[in-house]
Amino acid sequence: MEHIVIIGNGISGVTAARHIRKNSDKKITIVSTETKYFFSRTALMYVYMGHMKFKHTQPYEDWFWQKNNIELILAFVGNINTDDKILEFTNGTSLSYDKLIIATGSKPNKFGWPGQDSDGVMGMYHKQDLEKLEKYAPNKKVCQRAVIVGGGLIGIELAEMLRSRDIPVTFLVREASFWNGVLPAQESEMINKHIKEHHIDLRLNTNLKEIKSDEFGKVTSIIIEETGEEIFCDVVGLTAGVTPNINFIKKSKIDTKKGVLVNHYLETNIEDIYAIGDCAEQQQAIGQRRNIEAVWYTGRMMGEALAQTICNKKTEYKPGNWFNSAKFLDIEYQTYGWVFSERNKKDTELYFQWKHPNNKKCITISYDSHSNQFLGINTFGIRMRHEIFDSWLTDSKSIAFVLEHLADANFDPEFYKLHEAEIVAKFNKENNTNIQLKKKSWKRIFNRV
Amino acid sequence: MKAIKNTGLIIFLIGLLAFTSLLFIGDFKVTSNTFEAIIKSKDIKSEWFINSLKNKVIDKEFSSQFKLSKEIISAQEIANEVHKKNSEWDKVIWDKPHSLSYQFIKASGIGSVPENRGLYWFLSFGLGIIGALMFIIPDIIILGPPGIKNDGIFLNAATNRGWIGWFAFIFLVSFYILLYFYPDFIVNWVYLVDPISEFISGNLASQWFLYGFLYCTVMTVMAVRMYVKYRNNKYQILRTTSVLFFQIVFAFLIPEILVRFEKPWYDFKNAFPLDYDFFFKWNLDELLSSGSFGLFILVWGVVLTIVVVPVMVYFFGKRWYCSWVCGCGGLAETLGDPYRQNSSKTLLSWRVERIVIHTVLIFALVMTGFALYTFFSGANQVLGIKTQTIQDVYGFLIGSIFAGVIGTGFYPIFGNRVWCRFGCPLAAYLGFVQRFKSQFRITTNGGQCISCGNCSTYCEQGIDVRAYAQKGENIVRSSCVGCGICSAVCPRGVLKLENGPEEGRINPTTILLGNDVDLMELVKKK
Repeated sequence: MEHIVIIGNGISGVTAARHIRKNSDKKITIVSTETKYFFSRTALMYVYMGHMKFKHTQPYEDWFWQKNNIELILAFVGNINTDDKILEFTNGTSLSYDKLIIATGSKPNKFGWPGQDSDGVMGMYHKQDLEKLEKYAPNKKVCQRAVIVGGGLIGIELAEMLRSRDIPVTFLVREASFWNGVLPAQESEMINKHIKEHHIDLRLNTNLKEIKSDEFGKVTSIIIEETGEEIFCDVVGLTAGVTPNINFIKKSKIDTKKGVLVNHYLETNIEDIYAIGDCAEQQQAIGQRRNIEAVWYTGRMMGEALAQTICNKKTEYKPGNWFNSAKFLDIEYQTYGWVFSERNKKDTELYFQWKHPNNKKCITISYDSHSNQFLGINTFGIRMRHEIFDSWLTDSKSIAFVLEHLADANFDPEFYKLHEAEIVAKFNKENNTNIQLKKKSWKRIFNRV
Repeated sequence: MKAIKNTGLIIFLIGLLAFTSLLFIGDFKVTSNTFEAIIKSKDIKSEWFINSLKNKVIDKEFSSQFKLSKEIISAQEIANEVHKKNSEWDKVIWDKPHSLSYQFIKASGIGSVPENRGLYWFLSFGLGIIGALMFIIPDIIILGPPGIKNDGIFLNAATNRGWIGWFAFIFLVSFYILLYFYPDFIVNWVYLVDPISEFISGNLASQWFLYGFLYCTVMTVMAVRMYVKYRNNKYQILRTTSVLFFQIVFAFLIPEILVRFEKPWYDFKNAFPLDYDFFFKWNLDELLSSGSFGLFILVWGVVLTIVVVPVMVYFFGKRWYCSWVCGCGGLAETLGDPYRQNSSKTLLSWRVERIVIHTVLIFALVMTGFALYTFFSGANQVLGIKTQTIQDVYGFLIGSIFAGVIGTGFYPIFGNRVWCRFGCPLAAYLGFVQRFKSQFRITTNGGQCISCGNCSTYCEQGIDVRAYAQKGENIVRSSCVGCGICSAVCPRGVLKLENGPEEGRINPTTILLGNDVDLMELVKKK
């Protein structure tokens, strides 16, 4: 029986395993050093915040793996012998495979800051990071201040985590406004304000120069590059993005660049070896996507696609329309299609923006200035229906069509205040159009028109 | 703000202490007038009982209700033993010992509690309410901008089955045991609400009036907590208001006011089979003897169960009842909200749940069959089984132990919908309709789910919501009461409670949204 070995039990590896099991009775082994059982990485923050226990982050009960005949091995791979198809573990044992799936995910970026390896410096990615955080920042007595470096999604989540235990947080962001490489200015500014309202000491245009530690190697303070200011702290969170976690692969015959290089079928240069998830790097970009996408759901989709290939239905990884979502403290964010920030916007891309005067709600719709084709939408504080936007993007609908049918796309809970009329009115006023909002129609929602 | 909160907690605890210590104070003296009146009204013919009790209690002061209760109960026991031996069946006193004892004790309180009901009400209820509100309201400021903050729930001994949780569990269970089985021990509590009862219904309070009043008070205070916690969520605000309204007006005020007009006590929203004694002979007899109003109640009760309930479930799901109207649901959603995360989500508990809840439903239906047979035929047994026996067994096991002691007492340990999830026969009935013929579902939002597990953790009914959400599959489950919290706590906007067309409601998806699949190819493969 063919033996499929998967390195990494994150969402990509586990999705691949589950779908291979659905379609075949191949022997499946998952190798991991992080944890024995699969858990949802995105929920780690909620464990620290006390919203959940670690067991709640595990989507499957412990009996699931044995019942589905998926073997789990807790071991660290030292080398991949691609000639003999053998995995050599650092504990001296080894495991032979017929097909190998590399799904090792990423690790937090470190940019060579002095003191970056001191005790109390951590990313927020692995279960072990959470354990470190519990050790160094269990409460505001042990951790009198934390500094977070890097203004992305993980950074703001880490800030939220620490604030949930009343730990003072200084948040260093390199850019002039939070996440403004991705978000349009309107949204980015709203989030800046929101961060400050949560008593987070947000420092924009600020870089880290150095991390200082005491004689035991424990972090004591950081120095800011621009001003030379020293901020005393007990914990430093490094959240300036992630890189593929592939050090042990670099010495094998598998081609790597930043990540493990793969084609659109997720195949590496070596036959029977595949890479999926955060650690995979596309040789050729797909659409407007980046070659490495450290996004939760793309890992899932790669796992689904690869499982088909392994079960003899060769399937290309074809991620459809871009979408994503996040939550910035209390503000929910969803995006469908492409809305580029002012910094990355193309000349033909136009924004239509609406913002609620006092609530933390706003939207940006981007569209093509020549064809009026709808390109994408960012929503803050308003939930939207994925299926609807996905079909509108696929069918290249116009901005007028999208606005006219906006009620179909609303996904907010019942009795919430709807803003479609105000949004359409604002567009009409700004563009001298006469778009009429249509009433929500189940028929259209079901038929995705 | 923190200081107000802490002071509130202390005041609340003082109120709770005062409430609890009321059980251990008080003096009682049975006067001969009281004694004669109860003997007469209860139509007690046992001279054994009357004489022995007379000597032991009349005009004697008892320093606690426990001692007096003991005398009354032992007198009843001895008298009944003698009469049964002599086959003097008409002299046997069939009343439950603690109920009979309650009659005497309630009428015999002397001393400070019955004389200062207002003062003691303030020390217990009053301080409890003030303290709780002082504890709850500052959160508006302390917790910052609106948004659900579940911070620290699993780090807190009150909400994480810690020592406070276990203490609350013991307190609640003890309360229900006293309420259902030892009403004569809690007369001091009942005195506190006598004035309120007299004002509403014109009668002195019973232990059930006390329970109803306490229920409404607790729900109101905890509803304030809901308003604070979920103030960003209109669905939760409206739902809480609705359930509070139905409890106070329909379950508490209207029935009591009916009594004032000498009509039968009736809760118009309490549908059979949750209202399991609706078809019992005593109830039917009472309704039929109350003229056209009784008849109206009878018709309404039947229409509610066989027309209103299924039609409403068809359009809105069972949530219109369980989360918007029902009193049991109301307590679960207010008092029980802090404990919702403790419900078990394992496959095993799902299996147990389905067996137990449907067994209760069948039990209720069989019992009702017996009751109706008894009512129409006049016989008191079916196939050699006494109808009364079945009714007693159900009343004890389901009505008291399951619905009360376990159903509410176990909130802090097993989550807040223990009764609704495992025991309620009406929930089982509504669930059938919801699962098989309804427009209600929880829609999931394409590929946005990140399997974080907030939804499952905070589902009070123990549904593994995430298992569906991560597959992009609508959630159509009998047990879902539509509380809407899964949708509220989802950080990615994946879940929405929806009433839509029935067609397409159940959508087992093969491939999640996101991966572009060639539809023609997919069709060919199938």
